[in-house]
Amino acid sequence: MSDAELAVTRAHRDEWARVVAALTRRFGDLDIAEEAAAEAFATAVEHWRADGVPPNPGAWLTTTANRKAIDRIRRENKRDDKQKEAQLMHDDSPDAPGVIDDNRLRLVFTCCHPALAVEARLALTLRMVGGLTVPEIARAFLVAETAMGQRITRAKAKIKAARIPYRVPAAEDLPARVASVLTVLFLVFNEGYLASGPDTDPLRHDLTTEAIRLTRLIRTLLPEDGEVAGLLALMLLTEARRPARVSPDGELIALGDQDRGSWDAALIAEGHQLVRERLAAGVAPGRYQILAAINAVHTSARDARDTDWSQVLALYDQLVRIDGSPIIVLNRAIAVAELDGPEVALALIDRLELGGYHAYHATRADLLRRVGRSEESRAAYGKAIALAGNTAEIAYLTRRRDQLG
Amino acid sequence: MQYLVSVIDDKSDPGSTDRQPAISEFNERLIADGYWVFAGGLADTDAATVVDNRGDQPVLTDGPFIESKEYLAGVWIWEAPDLDVALKLAAEASKACDRKIEVRPFQ
Repeated sequence: MSDAELAVTRAHRDEWARVVAALTRRFGDLDIAEEAAAEAFATAVEHWRADGVPPNPGAWLTTTANRKAIDRIRRENKRDDKQKEAQLMHDDSPDAPGVIDDNRLRLVFTCCHPALAVEARLALTLRMVGGLTVPEIARAFLVAETAMGQRITRAKAKIKAARIPYRVPAAEDLPARVASVLTVLFLVFNEGYLASGPDTDPLRHDLTTEAIRLTRLIRTLLPEDGEVAGLLALMLLTEARRPARVSPDGELIALGDQDRGSWDAALIAEGHQLVRERLAAGVAPGRYQILAAINAVHTSARDARDTDWSQVLALYDQLVRIDGSPIIVLNRAIAVAELDGPEVALALIDRLELGGYHAYHATRADLLRRVGRSEESRAAYGKAIALAGNTAEIAYLTRRRDQLG
Repeated sequence: MQYLVSVIDDKSDPGSTDRQPAISEFNERLIADGYWVFAGGLADTDAATVVDNRGDQPVLTDGPFIESKEYLAGVWIWEAPDLDVALKLAAEASKACDRKIEVRPFQ
């Protein structure tokens, strides 16, 4: 790759959201911002190859994108609205320091607005904030390119037609709105960590990396928010185990069987640091912080047998108090099984209404196996396999079922 | 920005019938805060007539254009600076009416 191409790639990673955010702020239109930003990045390669990489690539891209946007507005307004054009031309003042970050934050909150469907929020955030192209996003979510393009177009049209504001929510609305942003980022991460579909890699490094990158960005923008830190820690501690998660022949390796030496020590250290920071903050933790703490306990054990299950259970007890959903109860039961035995855990999950969730059947199958109820275990593995979407997990579950006596 | 705010009732699970005082109070606040443009409750969907004059002559059909459990029970038109403001008001409206609310922008 040439220097110019490298510089554009780097600028794309570092500056895309800034450029789109600044343009959206100035022109009040996501469509114009997105198109102009894309055009600016497209022309950057040839300009930078010919003239050298500018000292401040971000500023070059913003200026170029601004010009492209004005060109487009001028073309569209040829017949009328000369006044509006003049107005646009005059607002050429650079943003004050700090404003750019505010703009990016605005962009994130707009893309993750609760009035948009979750799928629309996901797609829009990856496009406008993450800078992924429509084909990339379509591939990530196994959706046809045209369908994904329409989803993004519809979302932008709704933002415009319904006048979804481009601003950071008021303090009283912030927790709920941040939660909506974090949901989107966690969904992106989870799809990368347990990718669905027969034709995808079981682990989608591109998606987990993107989710972590965007969560880091949100953390720099909202450094005081405990749940943002919690989600970042949770992602880092999960991502750290990625090298040990799938065997060379493509089978999922359960947490207890992983080669802990191949875990990413740097990510674990960073995740543990974040968890310690949140503990020291002395504020009642939300669900991401508790999930991160649970992962910190797991990643602190050098050997699976050293896992402090009573600590894990205490954290799940805390989690159940703020989120008593069946999935949390199911995960808590796994810790109970380690402490009080599989019989007790089975009794806890038997009545959960999670019949459509593959992990419910997989957990039940494992517990039934451990108490010697092989036939029931086999049936539960069968259900789990039928419902699972991840190829590595299907391979794992199939082997476990076939190993039953 | 003007929004059409529809009150949605459900024939199989109707909202309570004692909401008028709460709605009146809410309306007064809408007027005082400058959001109120128009409001009206609607008669039952049985009272509706659909007119279709796209062909040679008008065709009248008794009843609403679509039969469904959920139906439009009343409307507001609000003037609000953006969707966040409208959604906040809609949350209050839903409580006041004990019914679902649809918020839709005018073009």
